[in-house]
Amino acid sequence: MIYFDKVSKTYLDKTKALNDVSFTIEPGQFASVVGHSGSGKSTLLKMIIAEEKPSKGKVFFDSTNIHQLPGHQIADLRRRIGCVFQDFRLLPAKNIFENVAFIMETAGRSEHEIAEDVPHALDLVGLTPKIWSFPSQLSSGERQRVAIARAIVNQPDLLLADEPTANLDPTNTLEIVDILCKINDTGTTVLMTTHNKGVIDKLGRRVITLEDGQVTRDDKTGKYVL
Amino acid sequence: MLTNLRRVMRSGLINFWRMPVVASASVIAITAALFVVGSLLLAQAFFAGAVVDLQERVDVSVFMAPEAAEEDVLELKRSLELLPEVKSADYSSREDELADFQESNQDNELLAQSLREIGNPFGARLNIKAVDPAHYSSIAGFLESDSALSASGQALIDRVSYKKDVVDSLIRLIESSTKIGWALVIIFIFLSVIVTFNTISLAIYISREEISLMKLVGGSNFYVRGPFLVEGMISGIIASFIAVLLLYPSVIWVRNQTADVYGGIDLMTYFLDNFGTIFLTLLVAGAALGIVSSFLAVRRHLKA
Repeated sequence: MIYFDKVSKTYLDKTKALNDVSFTIEPGQFASVVGHSGSGKSTLLKMIIAEEKPSKGKVFFDSTNIHQLPGHQIADLRRRIGCVFQDFRLLPAKNIFENVAFIMETAGRSEHEIAEDVPHALDLVGLTPKIWSFPSQLSSGERQRVAIARAIVNQPDLLLADEPTANLDPTNTLEIVDILCKINDTGTTVLMTTHNKGVIDKLGRRVITLEDGQVTRDDKTGKYVL
Repeated sequence: MLTNLRRVMRSGLINFWRMPVVASASVIAITAALFVVGSLLLAQAFFAGAVVDLQERVDVSVFMAPEAAEEDVLELKRSLELLPEVKSADYSSREDELADFQESNQDNELLAQSLREIGNPFGARLNIKAVDPAHYSSIAGFLESDSALSASGQALIDRVSYKKDVVDSLIRLIESSTKIGWALVIIFIFLSVIVTFNTISLAIYISREEISLMKLVGGSNFYVRGPFLVEGMISGIIASFIAVLLLYPSVIWVRNQTADVYGGIDLMTYFLDNFGTIFLTLLVAGAALGIVSSFLAVRRHLKA
């Protein structure tokens, strides 16, 4: 599903974020990318949603070279990918229902579908009682669950989670990981970045280790080794 | 498409309602800009009225020779009226002139007695108004030509009263005030637009994370930009109402301050007579200012 072909990224200030990175993510897989801060984890995810361009190499989504897509097709690609961010990135002026519904609206879904699917997605993450609350009225764990509901409501082919547990306490961390596993069990491919050893050890799934922008390990049922 | 438009409108309306501080900043900035535009519209009307009033007071008075036949004078009047530069030529007969003089000097018994002894010494008079003050010179030239002679070649005109200095000053005043007026209009409108644009840019800068997120989750430019344009339009419409409400007491105050000033129109009457046009102008200008400013401000954040 995702193929990184000898990808390197050097920023304008000469910082080398990725160096000759190659790997493949198969459909339905749950893969974690681990590494210290600044090892290139976030840059890697940003390339999949065309937020960053590689300096060298290619990134494929199915058979499409992501960085050769014209502007309007990038929006189409992004609608096939759900994103969960470390800082949640909810829209402060919209309530929880509207935050999730917005994604469906951009995909041109009908009012009927929105009225049916949004409560269902919020139910999946256990937030039905907060459906009319605003982000400022929720705890960090609840906000991250809204972000996950928003990411999955369009039933994406791929879910990207950039450090989704970084700002959460241990209880919420485990809940979020469980939710991501459930999503993966429904067939959605999940690619997560993290530097949380407990999360990786609990998952027992594929782990790609990045150090100084290079893939140093790729274990099918790996543990957190750094 | 209709569903998308409805969603964008709803989203813009909700954002405007739920972020009152940001919305107020935009409304205040546009109100200030529209108040300036409205004031300039009224000032321009006031000064244009004053200039027209001044123009109305300037004319060429042609005093005919007392012996000039009425027919010849009326023929000269018809010739003058055929000139494209002449707006009007009013005829005052010898008898009218005498009556006017007697009325204005009715307390002077000596003058009255002298007039009874010598009879009517006045000639008829033509009061000529030009279409444009710049035409008075050519009209004066016409009067000095052979056209001002009777059929028998006798001079019809005794003297021409034409205040050349006053007319030339008036022409210069109109020309320079028009130039200065337009320069002021352009400068103030430019400054107002810049202030409004910067305020709206700042308001939208606060939402830059929101814009980038919308793009990252696959929102099209129409979907991301639309609600901000709607917010800008709503701000502009509300601002136009406030600007008109502020103009009303301002007009009353200015009218009271300028009541004794020579010339000009009654600003209050002008404001009320042209209320529809002024309001519509401010409404369109406000909505356009809000939409264009929002469009430009969002554009710089859409490059993600």
